[in-house]
Amino acid sequence: MAKNPEHRDLFPGALEIMILQSLRLKPMHGYALVKHIKQVSDDLLQVEEGSIYPALQRMLREGLLESQTGTSSKGRPTRIYRLTPAGIRHLESEVVSFERMFAGFSRVLAAARA
Amino acid sequence: MALFSRFFRNRRYDDISVSIREHIDERIDELMDEGMPREEAARAARREFGNVTLLEERSREAWQWQRLESMLVDLKHIGRRLRRSPGFAITVVLTLAIGIGANTAVFSVLNSVLIRPLPYHEPQQLVALRLVAPGAPGLTDFRDELRLSASMYLTVAAHNHAFQSVGVWLPGTASITGIAQPEQVNTALITDGVLPTLGVPAAAGQWLTAADQDRRGTRRVMLGYGYWQRRFGGDPSVVGRNINVDSQQWEIAGVMPRGFRVVNYDFDLLVPLAFDPVKESLAGFAYHGIARLRPGITISQADDDMARLLNVWMDSWTNGPGSDPHFYLNWKITPAFRPLKDQVVGSIGNVLWVVMATIGVVMLIACTNVANLLLVRADARQQELAVRSALGAGRWRIARELLLESVTLGLLGGAAGVGVAYAGLRLLVAIGPENLPRLSEISLDASSIAFTVILSVLSGLLFGSIPVLRYAPSKQAVPLIGSMRTASVSRERQRGRNLLVVAQVAMALVLLISAVLMIRTFNAMLNVDPGFSAPTSLQVMRISIPETMVRDPQMVTRIQNNIQDKLATIPGVSSAGFAVSVPMSGAEPNWDGISVEGKTYQGDEEPPLRLFNYVSPGYFHTAGTRMVAGRDFTWTEIYGLRPVGILSESLARELWGSPLAAIGKRFREFSNMPWHEVVGVVQDVRENGIDQISPATVYWPSIMRDLYGPGPLDVRRTAYFALRSNRAGTQAFINEMQQAVWLVNSNLPVADVSTMQDIYSQSMARTSFTLVMLAIAGTMALALGILGIYGVISYAVSQRTREIGIRMALGAKKRELVWMFVRSALVLTGIGTAVGIGAAAALMRLMRTLLFGISPLDPVTFAVVPIVLIAAAALASYLPARRTAAVNPVETLRAE
Repeated sequence: MAKNPEHRDLFPGALEIMILQSLRLKPMHGYALVKHIKQVSDDLLQVEEGSIYPALQRMLREGLLESQTGTSSKGRPTRIYRLTPAGIRHLESEVVSFERMFAGFSRVLAAARA
Repeated sequence: MALFSRFFRNRRYDDISVSIREHIDERIDELMDEGMPREEAARAARREFGNVTLLEERSREAWQWQRLESMLVDLKHIGRRLRRSPGFAITVVLTLAIGIGANTAVFSVLNSVLIRPLPYHEPQQLVALRLVAPGAPGLTDFRDELRLSASMYLTVAAHNHAFQSVGVWLPGTASITGIAQPEQVNTALITDGVLPTLGVPAAAGQWLTAADQDRRGTRRVMLGYGYWQRRFGGDPSVVGRNINVDSQQWEIAGVMPRGFRVVNYDFDLLVPLAFDPVKESLAGFAYHGIARLRPGITISQADDDMARLLNVWMDSWTNGPGSDPHFYLNWKITPAFRPLKDQVVGSIGNVLWVVMATIGVVMLIACTNVANLLLVRADARQQELAVRSALGAGRWRIARELLLESVTLGLLGGAAGVGVAYAGLRLLVAIGPENLPRLSEISLDASSIAFTVILSVLSGLLFGSIPVLRYAPSKQAVPLIGSMRTASVSRERQRGRNLLVVAQVAMALVLLISAVLMIRTFNAMLNVDPGFSAPTSLQVMRISIPETMVRDPQMVTRIQNNIQDKLATIPGVSSAGFAVSVPMSGAEPNWDGISVEGKTYQGDEEPPLRLFNYVSPGYFHTAGTRMVAGRDFTWTEIYGLRPVGILSESLARELWGSPLAAIGKRFREFSNMPWHEVVGVVQDVRENGIDQISPATVYWPSIMRDLYGPGPLDVRRTAYFALRSNRAGTQAFINEMQQAVWLVNSNLPVADVSTMQDIYSQSMARTSFTLVMLAIAGTMALALGILGIYGVISYAVSQRTREIGIRMALGAKKRELVWMFVRSALVLTGIGTAVGIGAAAALMRLMRTLLFGISPLDPVTFAVVPIVLIAAAALASYLPARRTAAVNPVETLRAE
């Protein structure tokens, strides 16, 4: 699992938030989800593609997502993941706490610079 | 439930695989669209994705019950480790299998006999109508139990307030003719209350009812299941058919189901008792009473009700004109009802608890042995455990693994133990006393299996916790390296093992002492003169001549005389005779008081009760019962109805001081009976078993004038014939006996054919059973204890090789070194012995009821057993210690 040193590690919970936020737009299958995150983040965040799957399963188990049989853009069978109401609530509370954290973070950085 | 969730999990796992496969395929397609060759695209896609297997596994883990699955992994490791050291695994599993198996077997017996409810309807309501009569002089039996008389039963049945139903019963025999050969069968004579009280429905047909107690109506009987199968092949159409019982036609009313017994009596035929209220008197204490309590009534309330009814009984009945019905007040008859189960189980409960306790101790010893082995093994793994703990394995994680390993061993041992238990149970039932109550109900059932599982887990936790306490302490305490270089084993670690050895020795000593006490008891019993000689060459059988077959009493005596003569002519028979009861056969006793000529009984005083027996001329000679004074009966006296009698030695001494003085003295049972002259005195006979004192006995002729009965003569129609022959017990001999009897009367069946040795052994069965069980337990304990000492010493020797080398290099003598190890073993054994003697002295009191002829603190036993144990320990430590002599100091030191 050698990591590219140019990219930053994700902090805990970041991957989950990105998955939840992406799925909020529309239900997707795994590959589409990875592509979406990469695109939106401009490849800045290094996500090992496969690592979304354990995360997806954890969230399925916690009831934040649900999955159903569907077909990929190539017409092959796969699983489509969709947000549940519990997932939406969880996302919103996470976003609030993230924003609060970022605000504090920025202020500390700003103070250090001054 | 587990299967259900497992199914969903598997589907979930498939979904994950599908998603991941699709992910990679899609990426490959995309890369190929960009112009990459397929193989390269596949490689790139996989690289970008990451470790597929690992990620798939992580995805699955989201659904797993973490603990359990990691436990499964632990189990896999344990399995691997045990496979790598099969010697250790087999030793431990076998030790446990034997220990657990023996415990399960004994528990199954205990459970079947003592714990499981009786196989009757609502058995907790059932009581045995036990009376005691501490005031009855003479026979000691009545202090233990006085049975009910017919009049007592009639009073209770009519006037009680405590019972839903009540009945009395009596075991008996009857001759069945007209089916195959004439056959003597066991009957249970019952009143109409017995079947409703027990509440077990008939397997076919109907119960006997109150109407059957009237002999003027149809005579009806019921069959026992075994007899029904044996004689009628289980044919249900026998109901309504007739059967010839004692030469009379009886109709078969029904069949009782398999396993049904009257209390603990296995019968062939249920025959109704028919009491005639007009003819019954106060006396005749022959019947066993059972009753079903009304709901809400306690046993003590029923006792009170019975005490009231005893007064009603004395007010309503009489023993004939001139007798005082309230004379029984002197007997102090007291109700002592008890749950029917207590009656059925009787004194065997003691034996079973003692056996269970000893087998439990054997299990403890086995556990300490296994704990010792585990300690040694954990020693060897100490480095590994230290490394793991340094790498971050938590204390609990390591403890869990150690415990899991020992519990796994326990369960493996338990699984093998079930096999041992099954075999052990068959052995137990085979060697168990034949009169062990509820023998037929003993089985390995669900509760036995539950017991096995619990015992396996508990013992696993027990012997597993010892290495855990030692090897899962905080990280810092476990040295990573260097432990192998320290000169000797740390004192602390050795102390744990030493304690185990002391415990083992102490427990083994207790078991050995109990086993030796039983051996001494058995020996003491064998040394008692039972009142007959050479039981292996004494053949007995029972023959009844029912009134319906031969009416005339004189004729009965002639037939019995003829049978005796015919039996005596069988080749190899040196003599023959008959008696109504042979020792220890359990024949229904007869008894009464006798008054002595010239002695007056004043006021309330009454003659003490004596056991009665009725014998033919030649019986004593045949049985080998010694004539102490005087002579045997003659046939002339028998046929001439001469008033003669023979007394037992103790009775003669009690009445006239010496056997010789008794000869020519006279006694009688009733005041209108002629005085009977004592013509002989015989040695005391252990009528009720070797461990019971010989009752004072009066031997009457088998035919006498009848003073109260319907006819002029009273004859004993059922008698045991005894034959003295070296051929006793062989089938050919038994056939010739049967032929000899049929030469006299072809309708006479022969019953209870056995040698006196069989009867004798059976009466010793409880003791020999206890003896065998304790001997097995004691031997196991000794073997395990010795093994423990051997193991500890040989381990100590192997750990201290280096020290030995140094000592030798410094000039220590080999003999001194050997002695050093032996001495350490002897110190441990000595401490263990001291503890064990103390424990044994306290515990053996509990065994008092099982002992005979020796004290529970028998000095011989308490001296010999410790000596043997210490000698064995010395040997067990000498063998491994001798190996020190083989240590070459140069090699040992060079190896460093």
